[in-house]
Amino acid sequence: MQEVDNIMNGQKLFQRPEYQDVLKKKKEFEGGYGAVNPEKVKEIAEWTKTWDYREKNLAREAITVNPAKACQPLGAVMVALGFEETMPYVHGSHGCVAYFRSYFTRHFKEPTPCVSDSMTEDAAVFGGLVNMKDGLKNCAAVYKPKMIAVSTTCMAEVIGDDLYAFATAAKEEDGGEYLPEDYPITYAHTPSFTGSHITGYDNMMHGIMSQLTEGVEEKKNDKINIIPGFETYIGSIRSIKSIVESFGAEYTMLGDHSDQWDMPAGDYKMFAGGTTIEDAKDCKNSKATISLQKYATVKTMKMVTKRWKQKESANLNPIGLKGTDEFVMKIAELTGKEVPEKLKTERGRLVDAMQDSYPYMHGKKFAIWGDPDFLIGAVSFLLEMGAEPTHVLCHNAPRGWEEEMRALLDTSPAAADLNVWAGKDLWHMRSLLFTEPVDFMIGNSYGKELMRDTGVPLIYIGFPIFDRHHLHRYSISGYDGALNLLTWITNKVLDQLDEDTKGIASTDYFFDLIR
Amino acid sequence: MGPESLEAKQKAAIEEVLKAYPSKAAKNRAKHLGVGSPEDESQKTCGNVRSNKKTVPGVMSQRGCAYAGSKGVVWGPVKDMVHISHGPIGCGQYSRAGRRNYYIGTTGVDTFVTMNFSSDFQEKDIVFGGDKKLAVCFEEIDELFPLNNGITVQSECPIGLIGDDINATSKQYAKKTGNTIVPVNCEGFRGVSQSLGHHIANDTVRDYVFDGNIDTLGEAIEQTDYDVAIIGDYNIGGDAWSSRILLEEMGLRVVAQWSGDATLKEMAATPKVKLNLLHCYRSMNYISRHMEKEFGIPWVEYNFFGPSQTIKSLRKIAAFFDESIQAKCEEVIAKYQPMIDAVTEKYRPRLEGKQVMLFVGGLRPRHVIGAYEDLGMEVIGTGYEFAHDDDYKRTKDEIFRSTVIYDDVNEYELEAFVKKLEPDLVASGIKEKYVFQKMGLPYRQMHSWDYSGPYHGYDGFAIFAADMDLAINSPVWGHSKAPWESEGEA
Repeated sequence: MQEVDNIMNGQKLFQRPEYQDVLKKKKEFEGGYGAVNPEKVKEIAEWTKTWDYREKNLAREAITVNPAKACQPLGAVMVALGFEETMPYVHGSHGCVAYFRSYFTRHFKEPTPCVSDSMTEDAAVFGGLVNMKDGLKNCAAVYKPKMIAVSTTCMAEVIGDDLYAFATAAKEEDGGEYLPEDYPITYAHTPSFTGSHITGYDNMMHGIMSQLTEGVEEKKNDKINIIPGFETYIGSIRSIKSIVESFGAEYTMLGDHSDQWDMPAGDYKMFAGGTTIEDAKDCKNSKATISLQKYATVKTMKMVTKRWKQKESANLNPIGLKGTDEFVMKIAELTGKEVPEKLKTERGRLVDAMQDSYPYMHGKKFAIWGDPDFLIGAVSFLLEMGAEPTHVLCHNAPRGWEEEMRALLDTSPAAADLNVWAGKDLWHMRSLLFTEPVDFMIGNSYGKELMRDTGVPLIYIGFPIFDRHHLHRYSISGYDGALNLLTWITNKVLDQLDEDTKGIASTDYFFDLIR
Repeated sequence: MGPESLEAKQKAAIEEVLKAYPSKAAKNRAKHLGVGSPEDESQKTCGNVRSNKKTVPGVMSQRGCAYAGSKGVVWGPVKDMVHISHGPIGCGQYSRAGRRNYYIGTTGVDTFVTMNFSSDFQEKDIVFGGDKKLAVCFEEIDELFPLNNGITVQSECPIGLIGDDINATSKQYAKKTGNTIVPVNCEGFRGVSQSLGHHIANDTVRDYVFDGNIDTLGEAIEQTDYDVAIIGDYNIGGDAWSSRILLEEMGLRVVAQWSGDATLKEMAATPKVKLNLLHCYRSMNYISRHMEKEFGIPWVEYNFFGPSQTIKSLRKIAAFFDESIQAKCEEVIAKYQPMIDAVTEKYRPRLEGKQVMLFVGGLRPRHVIGAYEDLGMEVIGTGYEFAHDDDYKRTKDEIFRSTVIYDDVNEYELEAFVKKLEPDLVASGIKEKYVFQKMGLPYRQMHSWDYSGPYHGYDGFAIFAADMDLAINSPVWGHSKAPWESEGEA
């Protein structure tokens, strides 16, 4: 029973003898295996750690277990929230939107606006036109967004709804009351059964950029467009802006969701920050577009270079030292300016820090998973530090990624022991960790189960992170971002070293005060 | 503020909220908003609101879908079965481990609740159908997770649309292996909310568990006169355990709990209990009614939020049994009373008179009212995401005085109501949480107890009281305004 001066929640409450008794009694009714035969459970648990199990596990063809990817519309919602007062609108059942909102809200600890047009059985049979007509009108009337960005769910895709036709029909029926002729309703088809959330990001970014610029007068300017990609580190967007601004360059961050997911306390406003519609309309006229996530913007960048003929455009990945150097040099090239002193100093400080800490990362084996572009950057940084990324796993690896990662790993002296796992899930990773162990893991919250099962310490970097606070507010891009990565990783190595050596009068001769 | 002026304010708030909508939507929404009055005999449902209807398109409803009702609520927490999210990857990923359905077991070996199994549909599966893939999924699951006691197939939207026959595929595999394979046609587009998913899932329990083959699940349970089952408790943060302990202390034998920390065997054994104890009426009244009709098992609703309701419920349950149980029930009540008195004495002065607005799933919009009242707090607005008329009828008995009732309230309306009625605390789900926190309003996330809990039972109430105090009396709410922003003070 609780004591009023020491009220404990479930964490400790259920450890009390009276609850242990309840749980013990429950076991006699549970049946099956665990309750009946703990030996059998132990036996199977041990078997799951073997090479035999690994072979069977890696041979899986149909079932996905503990994936490290999500579906297209999630990415589309992120894009929409990066534009000024834009409401993401999902054409489909509201169940999907409830999930997208929860998922982002749990990661960012921020509100995530998004509407759906609540399609049900009748829409499945007759199509979702009526929903779209009512939905766009209601959305415009109630939330008064400056733009509505429509994406689809797998339901709408299977029945084959045509977004362009529907949006046009909605405007016609409304007759200009809530949806005037020039009201921007941008759209993208984002089937959940193709690609992953980064494909959805690409499709929606392509949709918004191509549709908003339609009919815009061609008048080239000196601006640089930057596309952050499916960037879940708010601080990264700010780091990149700061680099570009230090050159005094004129630029447009296309899809800048940093303020939306980092709102100050005070009066709640549904939308914050974002690329202005005006800037977005003009993005065609910029002299170049730089994508910070190549694999999340394949279609978009194709449009930029082939259709818009922005020849100086490039994919750059400013995570780690080399990645940031390349980005900085590209901005220098585009602006025709010297690298500013400020950046030179920042770089120098980073390199100094890397030299301070390298012994703790050098030769350490890491398992890492996440989105393709994140992995290219993060692995590149690990290699710069002399670490050994033993297992690099990308569940949503697009074409070309595996080869690029392999080539990157081949630059390491330990190349032969470094493995790329494209299209594999985290249950595969579990087997890999048991059969070819590593020292540390880098990944999202789903890694905590791997940490529990395998004992490998987890360094939280990635998306989603549900169970640790505020990491997303930091940067992992630019020189300051690299310093964050360095700090998080090195200090986890030191934490673990302390943990392993804290045995009193046994191992604590290595429990050093100074490191 | 007297009751009349509060009621007038509440009515005015509703009128104003409706003004933002185009006429068709306004007409629709007007039917879902009302002021509930406990004395008004003419009210058919609380506030006379209409419910379980389609959501207005284009607004930010908090509702989920049928898949969420089946996989996320009813089937997902059953721990010794593997639940396949059948279709594209998203639904399974977004619904993974979000509901804190606590359980004891070795995850990945004999229990699987927090894992995500998906058939991860690709374009070719949409074009050519996914039945063959599903059959391979079954085999792979049995090979890699040999201690699973069964598999359920949770259909995502495309399954019904492309015409896959998961029932035939499941039946075939079940026949071949003798295992329990449950196909659930809970595609997200079915119905208007997660509610239909609960119903569909309940029907599959009836068809595949009660009528299924469960010989492999261990020895039969010897019956006693005091066997009961907890139905509709999802063990959020351990709720079912803090409920179970009270029932056991009063001499009952809980042979099954549904579906938090449940095993297939417990569910299969339920048709032999003497009484079904139903907590979440909305999600599991269907199967309780079925057991009453088919097996003659009576069921009783109970509410373990707050001591007043807990005491009432314990006595109601004891009344179904003999005097020995009734006597023990009184002993249990007496045993916990001093602790509850101490909790109330400590927290009531800190919470007295505070007003709360609720918007929660399941039965909580009415069930938790009593717990707030036990702490001297008042609920001035409440509503359900996916309730039916009978839920709103039941709500009428719980409210103390005029209360705004909002069915399927959306983000715009809830924000507007909160601004107009200025409660001291808002308690609802994760999607709304940070909206109100940004405004500087104390908030509790009442779907998963904001990562605390349990809140059920006597022990749970102590945690509830401490958490509400933590929410309302935290110094952080005072920091929103910068000192240079304060006005008029010299």
